[in-house]
Amino acid sequence: MARAIINVPPKARRGEIIEIKALIQHEMETGFRVDNMGRVFPRDIITDFICKYNDEEIFRAELFPAIAANPFFSFFTTAIESGTVAFEWSGDNGFSATASRNIAVE
Amino acid sequence: MRHNPIAGSTRRRFLTDAAAAAGTGVVAADLGLGLGFPLTVRPAAATPDTMHAAIRNVIGEAPVHKGKVKLDIPPLVESGNTVSLSVSVESPMTANAHVKAIHVFNEKNPLPNVVGIRLGPRAGRATLATRIRLADSQTVTAIAELSDGSFWSDSVSVIVTLPACVETL
Repeated sequence: MARAIINVPPKARRGEIIEIKALIQHEMETGFRVDNMGRVFPRDIITDFICKYNDEEIFRAELFPAIAANPFFSFFTTAIESGTVAFEWSGDNGFSATASRNIAVE
Repeated sequence: MRHNPIAGSTRRRFLTDAAAAAGTGVVAADLGLGLGFPLTVRPAAATPDTMHAAIRNVIGEAPVHKGKVKLDIPPLVESGNTVSLSVSVESPMTANAHVKAIHVFNEKNPLPNVVGIRLGPRAGRATLATRIRLADSQTVTAIAELSDGSFWSDSVSVIVTLPACVETL
């Protein structure tokens, strides 16, 4: 499974706006590169990234080949209640990866 | 310049041979008919027109205003393989007035789309950061869709020293 590096603050005050960062290991082969015989490397990218906070979707991204290898996203959300922030990546060739982090809200 | 028929024919033969021998790489892919190589069409780069078409495809016919959006991308990048980009949109991010989506487009990559994100009032701050690829020096455009249905944009021109997508293995 692809390695993911995720940064969610473990603790936050209620109502605080927190930054979430998520990076996943993936080549993001564009489908536009050719080898020295003129053969195209088939496209193999992550196409969707979804982040849910206690099962409610807070962020969704649709990725194109123009996203660099090892896709990284940083975004914000409001810390509402303690719980789980879950991440889900899916893409070509049945690629799927999930990760989650707990957050304590006081 | 002195006319030299021999030199001329040599040059012509050289070019013919070169075309026949160019069995590798992109040149062959483009000229590749009948050479026994798989015909791989080098993707035509997106153009400002295709970017415009892609924008219309995503947001429809709504007018796009300048402002409210701040696209942050270095004006000069060394490697197009990883270019950090951030977009922030001025918005109170309340239930009545928030940013629904942010789309990023480019002019000269093989595809005009870069990324599209959806968010809601819970985001608190309409800011996105990611890393993208740029195949050439070009203009990158970010468009934000607000909850009132209006669209706002910002464009930045980027010079790329080493473009992405050109290297072969």
